[in-house]
Amino acid sequence: MAEKPRLRVPSEAKKGDIIQIKTLMSHVMETGFRKDDAGKPIPREIINSFVCTFNGHEVFRADLEPAISANPYFEFTAKVMESGTFAFAWVDDNGTVTTAEQGITVS
Amino acid sequence: MSLLTRRGALTLGAGMTLTLVAVDDGMATPADADAEIAKFTGGKATESGKISIDLPEIAENGNTVPLAIKVDSPMTADDYVSEIRVIGDANPNPGIVRFHLTPMSGRAEAATRIRLGGTGTVTVLAKTSTGKLYAERKVVKVTVGGCGG
Repeated sequence: MAEKPRLRVPSEAKKGDIIQIKTLMSHVMETGFRKDDAGKPIPREIINSFVCTFNGHEVFRADLEPAISANPYFEFTAKVMESGTFAFAWVDDNGTVTTAEQGITVS
Repeated sequence: MSLLTRRGALTLGAGMTLTLVAVDDGMATPADADAEIAKFTGGKATESGKISIDLPEIAENGNTVPLAIKVDSPMTADDYVSEIRVIGDANPNPGIVRFHLTPMSGRAEAATRIRLGGTGTVTVLAKTSTGKLYAERKVVKVTVGGCGG
């Protein structure tokens, strides 16, 4: 999971605005239901958790199962009352955590 | 549960005995989906008309089906949607995803892309901080299922 996640977060907003956030993470999301050419099951390996916090407070969290498509995409909203930083984290079945951050100026 | 299930076949033996032969096709059944729904609702009644589900009527590719959910809620600290659960009855496992929202979400909305193994019903459930339960379902016809190689 060495890929860099892609984020779309507005860089500015007015206090009280509800902004839209889009995130895209590269991951094959191997379901565990496929078999290789020899007929052997390919083991499951997915991102199972995605969290978004703002200035340390949780805004949105997803518990993913194998039924989330490859390259997990999430769109959600956040109400911003102050300037700060959105922090994102993706955790996979091995416990590997990938993080990303994006600041926003709120006036 | 009737004797004639999707996974069952009926054979009549010489002595007029009925034998149920289970064929495990690896897929969940509507009963499995109902069990997963009951885990979320605790068997309590749900209200409909509060959730809008955006899903295609026909999904050409079951590997990536866009899903957008909106729940009618003020999303204030006293009254907000805390959890959204998505369940399908045409996948190997009925659970698809669970979203956790907070008052900081602003609106009770979430969108993603999901895999659907075949034509079936997607059920979206929501619970609020005040203990309300909402449910809505939509049928999606899937042309090519998204669970195989």
